[in-house]
Amino acid sequence: MDSPAQLAQALAGTGYLADAGLATAGYLAVKLRRPLFLEGEAGVGKTAFAQALAEATGAHLVRLQCYEGLDAAQALYDWDFPRQMLHLRAVTAAQAHPDPAALEAGLYDRRFLIARPLLQALELQPCVLLVDEIDRADDEFEAFLLEVLADAAITIPEVGRIAADTPPLAVLTSNRTREVHDALKRRCLYHWVEHPGFEREVAILRRRLPRLTGELAGQVATAAARMRKLDLIKPPGVAESIDWAAALSALGARTLDPQTAAATLGAVLKYREDIDRVRGSGVLEP
Amino acid sequence: MIEVLVGFAATLRHAGVAATRDRVPALLAAAAELGAGDPAGVYWAGRLTLCSEPDDLPIYDAAFAAYFGGTHPAAPRGLPISVTLPQVSTPFAGGTGAGDDEPAELFSLAASPVEVLRHRDVAELSTVERDEVRRLVALLEPATAPRRSRRYRPARRGTVDVHRTVRAALRQGGEATRLARQDRRTRPRRLVLLLDVSGSMSPYADALLRFGHAAVRRRPTLTEVFTLGTRLTRVTRAMRHRDPDAALRAAGAAIPDWHGGTRLADSLHAFLDRWGQRGTARGAVVVVCSDGWEFGDPADLAGQLHRLSRLAYRLVWVNPHRGKPGYEPLAGGMAAALPFLDEFVAGHSLAALQDLVGVIARA
Repeated sequence: MDSPAQLAQALAGTGYLADAGLATAGYLAVKLRRPLFLEGEAGVGKTAFAQALAEATGAHLVRLQCYEGLDAAQALYDWDFPRQMLHLRAVTAAQAHPDPAALEAGLYDRRFLIARPLLQALELQPCVLLVDEIDRADDEFEAFLLEVLADAAITIPEVGRIAADTPPLAVLTSNRTREVHDALKRRCLYHWVEHPGFEREVAILRRRLPRLTGELAGQVATAAARMRKLDLIKPPGVAESIDWAAALSALGARTLDPQTAAATLGAVLKYREDIDRVRGSGVLEP
Repeated sequence: MIEVLVGFAATLRHAGVAATRDRVPALLAAAAELGAGDPAGVYWAGRLTLCSEPDDLPIYDAAFAAYFGGTHPAAPRGLPISVTLPQVSTPFAGGTGAGDDEPAELFSLAASPVEVLRHRDVAELSTVERDEVRRLVALLEPATAPRRSRRYRPARRGTVDVHRTVRAALRQGGEATRLARQDRRTRPRRLVLLLDVSGSMSPYADALLRFGHAAVRRRPTLTEVFTLGTRLTRVTRAMRHRDPDAALRAAGAAIPDWHGGTRLADSLHAFLDRWGQRGTARGAVVVVCSDGWEFGDPADLAGQLHRLSRLAYRLVWVNPHRGKPGYEPLAGGMAAALPFLDEFVAGHSLAALQDLVGVIARA
């Protein structure tokens, strides 16, 4: 891969249509081996980008969904205590006097280690590590993640150091519920993902839903673009317009008429206030 | 080319983007990768490595156009948010009270001990008294009460901690002799301060911003401060300066609508769309400091407060006029807001601000 355009082409091959900025961001992340920090409205395709990037570069995808209270045992590794216990009992039952040192070494064997996403990302190669919604984790977790990403290695006291030959390509996403530390952002490439323009949205809809008519795709994209200008509580992202188009297509609609549109609004708008507003605004009229 | 790019990073720094020097190597590497001769390559190399939040992007575009001349190649369409470019303004010009700088008042402090000063309306203080109140406000420690978090910690009582129990058992040859226990950790709630800096609130804005500074100093990562007026401005970063005066200067430079009109509903709407709904207000103690003077339709304000009250854990309204005898919350905006508030308190004096600390801690 020699240029952002080639990456965009590879991504398109997996069904993800990236614009120039996102393709450049992805290209630089691959070339410079820097984590990519993506922000943008919900539903613009941040998570889907990581999945497409993994597919386009032929890498494994490991996803770490962040939430409050996420700690090392859930993000990094854990010991399989029940199996260790069984092993211990089995050995002591088979031999009257087992060698204590060998027994202990056997207890902390790799097969009793449960790899959580960060350890998996170091062991699977090549790998795209998607750290989704980093802003949901506690800020202590960021420092810890930073350390793992910087070294591309972790040290497990009983086993030793586990390092990746090829560091995983990290894609971090955030919804900005709190500010992520500068120390983390500084090490990343930062990109704000935008809603797609009309033509790209039509292309995305047709790519995702091959049975959709061109006319319906155009109408859905137009209506979604108009809704985004309506000052709604939750303006629809591409994810919502895909859901909507899928719902319309499941009902066998070939064009967007006001009745079918009104019946399927729940696929694209998720607040009662927004539905009322869109119904009253005449956006759905042809 | 290297000098040009380093110079560009410096320009961006001056324009207010946190394009620190340690980001420059990444810029150079990215530009080399994309081809430094290509304007689009330079544009994206800089944008991806030097910016770190959406507010940086319009500044970046303007700086890029100014530095390299012409317009940037891939003009991004309108961002969902708009920011004004930072401008040099005169922070806190003008006093925050009547009768400034009268030499005769130099003597008045001696005659007004702290206890009396505590209950004086901050709008009516002399310069010397105001300095004393500022000093005392800086000593306040507004902090929210803890809530149970999702994280566990070892404890004497609580649910059984299977991991520690089995770990201990393995050390003793597989015999569990004691049950280890764990309990939920507690974490403080987030505190969000929304301060009205419009003209009608100007006598109180200084004290309230200082209160905000004290809150940010107390819990830097769990406190957010915004100013409301004709628009929304986030001043949390400015408030992280250690020195209150430096923090207020930085905030003053960031606030474009200082002493302007009030469009509370619009500013609250902007807050909810850009921050509140995404999580900043969720489960937080939200404190709105305003006199409730609203230029727009009070029904809009009621709608936004209803939204906010559903997101927030507690919604507190601070109105400096509440501390005045004979005040009734009749101003259109204030009357519309009342049904959605958990607490309605005064914030006109040092004592009232101390009470506010108590309200925040109880909430």
